[in-house]
Amino acid sequence: MREPALNRGGAIDVAVIGGGPAGLAAATELKRAGIGRVVVLEREQEAGGIPRHCGHPPFGMREFGRVLRGPVYAARLVARARRAGVEIHTGASVVEARPGGDLLLAVARGVQEISARRVICATGVRERPRSARLISGARVAGVLNTGALQSLVYLKRLRPFRRPVIVGSELVAFSAIMTCRHAGIRPVAMIEPGPRVTARWPSALFPRLAGVRLMTGTRLLEITGEGAVSGVVVEGPGGERQRIACDGVVLSGRFTPESTLARSGHLQVDPATGGPVVDQWGRCSDAAYFATGNLLRPVETAGWSWREGRQCGQHVAADLAGNLPREDAFLRLEAAGPALKYVMPQRLSLPHAAAGMKDLQLRVGREVRGALVAVNEQGVVWREKIHARPERRLLVPVGEIAAGVAAQPSGSRLVFEIREGAG
Amino acid sequence: MTLQQPIQSAQGSGPAAGATFDVAVIGAGVVGCAMARRFALEGAHVAVLEKAPDILDGASKANSAILHTGFDAPAGSLELACVQEGYREYLEIRHDLGLVHERSGAFVVAWDEAQLGALEAIRAHAHANGVTDVQIVTARELRTREPNLSHAALGAVEVPGEGIIDPWSAPQVYLEQALANGASLLTGCEVTGGRFDAGVWHLQTTTGVLKARHVINCAGLYGDLVDQAVLGCAAFRITPRKGQFVVFDKAARDLVSAIILPVPTERTKGVVVFRTVFGNLAVGPTAEDQQSRSDASTDEAALRALIADGIAKVPALEHMPVTATYAGLRPASEEKEYRIHTTPDRNWITVGGIRSTGLSGALGIARHVYRLYSQDGPAHERLENPVVPKARMLAESGPRDWKCDDHGEIVCHCELVTRREIEAALAGPLAARSLAGLKRQTRVTMGRCQGFFCTARLAELSAGHFDRPLAEETGDA
Ligand SMILES: Cc1cc2nc3c(=O)[nH]c(=O)nc-3n(C[C@H](O)[C@H](O)[C@H](O)COP(=O)(O)OP(=O)(O)OC[C@H]3O[C@@H](n4cnc5c(N)ncnc54)[C@H](O)[C@@H]3O)c2cc1C
Ligand SMILES: Cc1cc2nc3c(=O)[nH]c(=O)nc-3n(C[C@H](O)[C@H](O)[C@H](O)COP(=O)(O)OP(=O)(O)OC[C@H]3O[C@@H](n4cnc5c(N)ncnc54)[C@H](O)[C@@H]3O)c2cc1C
Repeated sequence: MREPALNRGGAIDVAVIGGGPAGLAAATELKRAGIGRVVVLEREQEAGGIPRHCGHPPFGMREFGRVLRGPVYAARLVARARRAGVEIHTGASVVEARPGGDLLLAVARGVQEISARRVICATGVRERPRSARLISGARVAGVLNTGALQSLVYLKRLRPFRRPVIVGSELVAFSAIMTCRHAGIRPVAMIEPGPRVTARWPSALFPRLAGVRLMTGTRLLEITGEGAVSGVVVEGPGGERQRIACDGVVLSGRFTPESTLARSGHLQVDPATGGPVVDQWGRCSDAAYFATGNLLRPVETAGWSWREGRQCGQHVAADLAGNLPREDAFLRLEAAGPALKYVMPQRLSLPHAAAGMKDLQLRVGREVRGALVAVNEQGVVWREKIHARPERRLLVPVGEIAAGVAAQPSGSRLVFEIREGAG
Repeated sequence: MTLQQPIQSAQGSGPAAGATFDVAVIGAGVVGCAMARRFALEGAHVAVLEKAPDILDGASKANSAILHTGFDAPAGSLELACVQEGYREYLEIRHDLGLVHERSGAFVVAWDEAQLGALEAIRAHAHANGVTDVQIVTARELRTREPNLSHAALGAVEVPGEGIIDPWSAPQVYLEQALANGASLLTGCEVTGGRFDAGVWHLQTTTGVLKARHVINCAGLYGDLVDQAVLGCAAFRITPRKGQFVVFDKAARDLVSAIILPVPTERTKGVVVFRTVFGNLAVGPTAEDQQSRSDASTDEAALRALIADGIAKVPALEHMPVTATYAGLRPASEEKEYRIHTTPDRNWITVGGIRSTGLSGALGIARHVYRLYSQDGPAHERLENPVVPKARMLAESGPRDWKCDDHGEIVCHCELVTRREIEAALAGPLAARSLAGLKRQTRVTMGRCQGFFCTARLAELSAGHFDRPLAEETGDA
């Protein structure tokens, strides 16, 4: 389908950066709310986001009431957005987000500048590469993230190696195994530094290992090889070292938001999530910008991101109608590390603290048992008993917090912390 | 002209069979590239022999990319003379060849009282070296100039002329200028031996025999081995000195404006905090002696130490993600000085031990070597109107291709590399034959995501171009 040129077709009400599940859901919702011109800017040649290259189920239960493979799911989201009247511009890479909603784009013909009344950032997450993990050893070909492996296999029918080692055991590591099997690649081992598999319902996933050796409590020490990977050196739970012969390494998980635009622009970034700082409406430090989906924090499923996107669409529609409170009176939410990794949103705009996102999202850095408490200058305003594991979300209903902070002045802090052992 | 085929097989056939070059340059590192350019401009018929499939694959593949003024080079050294002559020529040809130069300046920062006491000697040494705009600045002034520098800085020597360049596009265009003016390049061509007979060298290579009247050994990390293999002896021994680096996210770029140097020690210039022309901030290098001439591996402990060092100097780096890590190998010999020797009775010049200033010194080294070569009067007729090619523009501040019309598509989103740039780098005499070579020519996959988003597209675009393909067809569907 041909879209009208970006610079024609009248003023842009909302520009959505990123055509993944969250961005498409937000744009679709905005059109349904009667907003005039809504454009999705997607830098790839196809919209759909990460699911485009997840050639496996399960996607779509929440959105379409049935189980789909990623590419089918992505295509359906795109079709639904178009039907709702969303303009989707592919090959449009936003390279600068400027104050007030002005965007600089790189498109196939060169550069283009556009302005929108509101901008929604929905640029998703990616996995951390080798460099950011500071992995030792030879600098050789064949070290990839799952995302690159999936794109090679499902989008291009290419295979970068035959006998890789898979590092990590989040859900995505199991996707990596399925991707490998699809392409006739046979992983030699899955290594996980933690004492157990990170993904939820590990027992259900074990059959999917399909003969892949699972090595928990095992750290990757070094990658060896000349030109291409020839092996990895790992250290087991007892400190014993061994070399595993392989011809590739899949670095899975350890997600980080793709927050380039915020980082290199004016929007405030939360070092804890790696995403932009937002309030309970998803509003960024510049009130013309909102953020949604996995850009907010690492990492949730497509369905979850899609639901967030839909909500963000509603919030932005409300904002355009003048129905959001001002952005300049807010409480700062903080997570006390290292037991707690982050809290999102990072701000509660006042007065209506209880509107907007229903829950605060938190995560722990390691397995903890005890109490999760929220503390302000007056003391503990909220507490709950928890037993939490890494990479699982913890939800705190904003409504429960709102009562306790009603009297707190704008600009003050509310700190979440773990009291281990306490009930 | 570029010879892709064997030059001359054992049976004496091949496209250049019989041709005798004036000069054979062994090695297409930065020094060999500058050498080929100088000799071609002087009118010599030059062949460049490089063992790797891509140029700039040895010491020149990873460095700090600083164009040095020579303010701290040993007084009266050949290194100082070459660096200063090289610096001057770089600025002279910069405009014509489209070279990047950001004159960021440098501060040699004192972090303790002893270092503070050493600043005056550094200033005086710089003046003695002819770098007379060097001056001492107080801690207070340093703080206004570099507000993100740790307040532990006690003072500094300012060197306004230090700057940063593109460490790959510059040498590549030197070589391109040589090729455009009649030189030949042979890649995948390792010199393994040779015979000097009646004024002509018969160099044995992995792709045949090449004849040349003079040979200039610019084999960098292998310079001593090439002298041994061909001349039978070497006047020095290379012990590679590894330097590891950490490159931070582009968001960190503006945390410092100048190059932040430490007060140097005997062994090295020390760990530097510097911007790159590509828009990153980097910290490094380490200095680790090793035997291997090819092992440029990184290790976690060293990288963590560099990060800690960076944060100590620029505290805001604490929250900056790491974009890349890499290591380079300096061709260090027993001495700091360049090891440039002539063997006049055998028409051989060795250009070795160009340890830590070769990027700055290359153009000056080439002029110096040409003078040695033509000591007995002009050997050739200098080209009157040489062809002047333009370097690729990869600097963040420059007119990058993505800003220009009809580049096709953005392939690498983090570094904004276009399809047109990739296709150009995969074609022509210097066509990239490996991902590493393509990276140096385009910056593809060198950004934040390190290939997460673009590897698949890149595998598709590079299919059939690389000696070792990025991927093979699955053939299953
Ligand atoms: C390798 C990997 C595998 C995963 N597998 C699963 C899975 O099996 N199941 C599951 O439920 N979840 C999975 N996830 C989680 C995934 O993030 C979500 O499924 C979902 O895609 C999140 O939606 P999103 O819209 O927030 O982001 P994304 O789907 O990531 O979409 C972001 C979009 O923004 C575009 N974009 C980014 N920057 C710009 C820019 N500057 N200009 C224009 N466009 C831009 C991107 O091209 C992309 O299309 C996986 C994640 C990764 C990284
Ligand atoms: C960590 C580090 C930081 C540095 N920082 C700076 C800086 O900021 N500024 C600066 O000016 N300099 C810097 N340098 C120094 C600079 O990089 C070197 O001085 C320079 O690269 C040396 O180049 P070369 O051409 O002599 O050697 P090389 O680059 O090693 O070139 C030699 C070439 O010869 C080829 N070769 C070898 N043997 C044979 C054979 N038998 N047959 C055919 N070909 C052969 C090799 O493949 C190679 O391509 C740094 C170096 C390092 C390692």
